[in-house]
Amino acid sequence: MTVLLDVKDLRVRFRTLGAIRAKLAGVADPFLDAVLDVSFQLRAGTTFGLVGESGSGKSTLGRAILGLTPIESGTIRFDGMAPMGLSGSALSAYRRNAAMMFQDPVASLSPRLTVKALITEPFVIHGLKDRDLDAEARRLLDMVGLPANFAGRYPHQLSGGQARRVGVARALALEPKLIIADEPTAGLDVSVQGEILNLMARLQRELGLTYLIITHNLAVVRHICDEMAIMYMGRFVECGPTAEIFANPGHPYTHGLLAAQPHPDPDRRRQDVELKGEVPSLARRPSGCEFHTRCPRAKERCSTERPEPREIVPGQTLRCHYPLLDPAA
Amino acid sequence: MAAVHPVIAPEARADAVLDVRDLSIDFATPRGPVHALREVNLTVPRGSVVGVVGESGSGKTTLISAAMRLLPDNAELRGGAVLFEGEDVLRMSPQALRNLRGQRISMVFQDPMTALNPVLSIGQQMVDIQYRDRGLGRAAKKRKAAELLRRVGIPDPMQRLGNYPHEFSGGMRQRIAIAMALLGNPELLIADEPTTALDVTMEAQIIHLLRELQQDYQSSILFISHNLGLIAELCDYVVILYAGTVVEQGTVRDVFHRPQHPYTEALLVCDPALLQDVTRELPTIPGDVPDLVNLPRGCIFAERCPRVFERCRAEDPATRWVSAGHAARCHLASPLERS
Repeated sequence: MTVLLDVKDLRVRFRTLGAIRAKLAGVADPFLDAVLDVSFQLRAGTTFGLVGESGSGKSTLGRAILGLTPIESGTIRFDGMAPMGLSGSALSAYRRNAAMMFQDPVASLSPRLTVKALITEPFVIHGLKDRDLDAEARRLLDMVGLPANFAGRYPHQLSGGQARRVGVARALALEPKLIIADEPTAGLDVSVQGEILNLMARLQRELGLTYLIITHNLAVVRHICDEMAIMYMGRFVECGPTAEIFANPGHPYTHGLLAAQPHPDPDRRRQDVELKGEVPSLARRPSGCEFHTRCPRAKERCSTERPEPREIVPGQTLRCHYPLLDPAA
Repeated sequence: MAAVHPVIAPEARADAVLDVRDLSIDFATPRGPVHALREVNLTVPRGSVVGVVGESGSGKTTLISAAMRLLPDNAELRGGAVLFEGEDVLRMSPQALRNLRGQRISMVFQDPMTALNPVLSIGQQMVDIQYRDRGLGRAAKKRKAAELLRRVGIPDPMQRLGNYPHEFSGGMRQRIAIAMALLGNPELLIADEPTTALDVTMEAQIIHLLRELQQDYQSSILFISHNLGLIAELCDYVVILYAGTVVEQGTVRDVFHRPQHPYTEALLVCDPALLQDVTRELPTIPGDVPDLVNLPRGCIFAERCPRVFERCRAEDPATRWVSAGHAARCHLASPLERS
């Protein structure tokens, strides 16, 4: 299968203090890395899940791929072209092919625009003046399973699930190849969550879409993603086929995340919490392996030497000196 | 054996901290009254954790607002009572209510970012909240605050009392909110989706903390959530709320292992964490929640129920016992054979 998106050694850094203030405060390195050494490939027509706690850099990575956040170093290739450094019409063409579904559908929709105006806004932005906006609105509403009379409604008249459908319609408007969905089901009830994910799966079958899904909901990832990556402090700590990772998590952090999922069975209560504490500040990255401060398996080497990504099992890459699955052990 | 009163267990009701009886509440709107809660019965036995599950719009918030009598002005009590330690909250004097709120009943809110005052140090807030305790000096109140912070897992509590809310992470702020709720030694703690804003690893730690505190203090907790996994993890009893009605209640084991209401069944089926086999086509509950202004005749769930039959559209089912302490509001519910 062809590779639609190829990301290599991507790094995104943010400045925390201006040059003068940093000098005055005596801060030598006024930067923090939100995304570090990220490499992965996304095959056309598949779904890739990005999982991690808040602050792990998953949303920043999604934004960087679309060029919404500048990258420090690394390369992104999309469908054979390099979108970084593009500007003007070339950048606009890239953004037609890669769309974003933002977190929090109600907040990301302008309260003063009708549904029709919202879902046809991409045509206006991209200057597609020949389109019949009424017809496009009807087509898009039909695609996401909303009745045509919703065109005249305002966001406050929509339920959470309906607003999410409008978000999907907006992302689909320009017929993109890639959709980056940031927390597509956060805040939805379970029954509605299923509806939105089924809609996205149907659209993928019908339109051949490729998805990059950013979420912290592992139960959802297990069902809808072909491949996944677990992020911790900006790095991929584990990456590979979803089924393999769920069956045999290799990184202690992956294992801890899976164990932290509550299980709806009163007979399977956990006696203890595996992952204690919280993610350290990006401004004070731990030495060696960044996870060693919370890792139940950490040994001395982990605090001094940074593990490089290794392919432990074909297709499953992880950064750990002492992984849980080690064919050699 | 259809019960007149749906009760968690008759003996438990006798020693209940909170006992909601046939509570019906309307909200006046320009479209007409919204029947937000209808004949809701719920009991929190002393020293137990009761979970309330319901999707958005099911009346969870109205229910807890009624328990503390924090209802908005357009709320109208249509009937029933909220008995707290035998006294009806809905008919209490303003003086009694002042003693109730934040002292005898306290609450942990969903969003730890907005529950704390951003311009006061947490030490100041934790001292202020002890205003009722006239006998205690400021230093003693500070010590008490620090002691509770230590108990909920905040390192160096004495130093951290001087910090402001923005200097803590989300998980830490929720721990502080829990500590503040415990300051008055409440008889009942209401937790309204306390982990929704947190990551799973932090959520697991908060749930673990609540369980420890419950065991240490033998406190009674009313835990509101839409996450079935958390209910299973923490609660002794569970109440399933749908469109303002209790459709099923019982011990967590009974309800999760032998659900008797089709809505409970559907909820459990829809939870992706419970699906054994990987599937792209996730189960859903077709249809929408009914309009609470124009209630349908018959069973409230009939429109969406996979097992609907004629009687359901004509007659609202009574709440029936299926086993001791396990009741469901469905025409198809019948006493279970205990294996």
